[in-house]
Amino acid sequence: MLNVIRKWLDERFGWEELMAPLRHKKVPLHKFSAWYFLGGMTLFLFGIQVVTGILLLLYYRPSANEAFESVQYIMTRVQFGWLIRSIHSWSANLMIFFAFAHMFSVAFLRAYRKPRELTWVSGMLLLFLVLGFGFSGYLLPWNTLAFFATKVGTEITGQVPLIGRQTMVFLRGGEEVTGATLTRFFGFHVALLPGITTVLLLLHIALIQRFGMSAPPSVEAEWAAHPEKKREMSFFPNFMLRELMAWYIALGILGALAAIAPWELGAKADPFAAAPAGIKPEWYFLFMFQTLKLIPAKVGFIDGEILGVLLFGLAGLLWLLLPFFDRGDKRSARWTMGALVFVVAYVVAMTVYGHVAK
Amino acid sequence: MEMQEHPEVQPGRRRLAQFILGGGFLASVISFLYPVLRYLVPPILPDLGGDEVVAGKVGELKPNSYKIFRFGSHPGLLVYTADNQYRAMSATCTHLSCTVQYRSDLREVWCACHNGMYDLNGRNISGPPPRPLDAYQVHVRGDEIIVSRKREA
Repeated sequence: MLNVIRKWLDERFGWEELMAPLRHKKVPLHKFSAWYFLGGMTLFLFGIQVVTGILLLLYYRPSANEAFESVQYIMTRVQFGWLIRSIHSWSANLMIFFAFAHMFSVAFLRAYRKPRELTWVSGMLLLFLVLGFGFSGYLLPWNTLAFFATKVGTEITGQVPLIGRQTMVFLRGGEEVTGATLTRFFGFHVALLPGITTVLLLLHIALIQRFGMSAPPSVEAEWAAHPEKKREMSFFPNFMLRELMAWYIALGILGALAAIAPWELGAKADPFAAAPAGIKPEWYFLFMFQTLKLIPAKVGFIDGEILGVLLFGLAGLLWLLLPFFDRGDKRSARWTMGALVFVVAYVVAMTVYGHVAK
Repeated sequence: MEMQEHPEVQPGRRRLAQFILGGGFLASVISFLYPVLRYLVPPILPDLGGDEVVAGKVGELKPNSYKIFRFGSHPGLLVYTADNQYRAMSATCTHLSCTVQYRSDLREVWCACHNGMYDLNGRNISGPPPRPLDAYQVHVRGDEIIVSRKREA
């Protein structure tokens, strides 16, 4: 039966020819091969987000009067609603974690080198989009934490010179965070961001298909010197099956996390209540949050906040362009390795500090 | 994927291993899909309002006029007839569930969607409706008009 369908498709589209690259794709085997799983894991969690997100849309109502109540309804009245929402929240956090881990592993293995610069750039843009998903989705339950996180987050956007204020008003749908903000964020979260992400994701995957998997420079050098040591695995089906197994386990872990630690809803947002003590952004924004807290109010003649925002903007831009600074020689290798270790140490330290700080 | 032949593995054992693995996998997939299917079924909302509702106030309606009131989550029709009597019935047409209205010119209940006609007792008298409208009981208590479901005999 399957063969008949395959033959039918082959006669019309040249199915075998289309699928040939997949069959020829090889995964290099070396001591760092485990890191190749991270991108696929991020992709899988994105798939979980799409499925659970569509399910949540069946009951969610995007308005200031109804959003909180509709999430409450999902958590308490809809059968397995708590499970679907908790998986959506857990998977969101894990997806961001794996996206970061994937980015750092690619950086450490220097897989962004020629010809894969654009694969890196598309991946970085996807990471920014994922953070956008996190930021916009966080507001949707319309609870106190989300309300103030959005207030602070959009206020920081307002600090950017020249375009900041207009951007803030655009994001909020007005001067303040109101129901209009919720409506906008809902639109960003379920229409705008998914649309852009789908296109970029296809580009990212197509580029990976085009260039194949990158082996780290040290392994490449060793294989060039001793070709008999080169070891590879077919992507399809061997590596694919291993990935599916990892995804299957991940789904099990997600279900367990959602059951053991269902996501809380908190109290409904009240625009005229004081911000609760100890309020913090989600962990993936903590390193920026903590840095901004540490910068004094005035540095020379420039506002501390503005300086922080500008520095993070600059750092993000340099990071996006990382492949273009690596010339592929020994000197570049030392430089990028040093920068990487510094960035990872900084992000981890600031996240931990932000977590324990009062 | 090509299976490598291991002479020491007997086909019966391999089939058993495949059955256990495949069956376990299938069972787990079903356990993943089950909550999703249950989630798709909307929870049943309790029909608030019970068997009795205040449909209006005395003096609110002029003779030979009507109003639509909420009876639980469904619309009801309250008619104050030309000879000063209250009549109440379900306002959901038995044909395709449009909401009916009272026609003061015809002194009958009319459904605008497909020209169905009912008399003031809710009986279907012309057009497509297959069944009469559910008639309700009307009591006046103080200045409130109370509508209740007829008790099943």
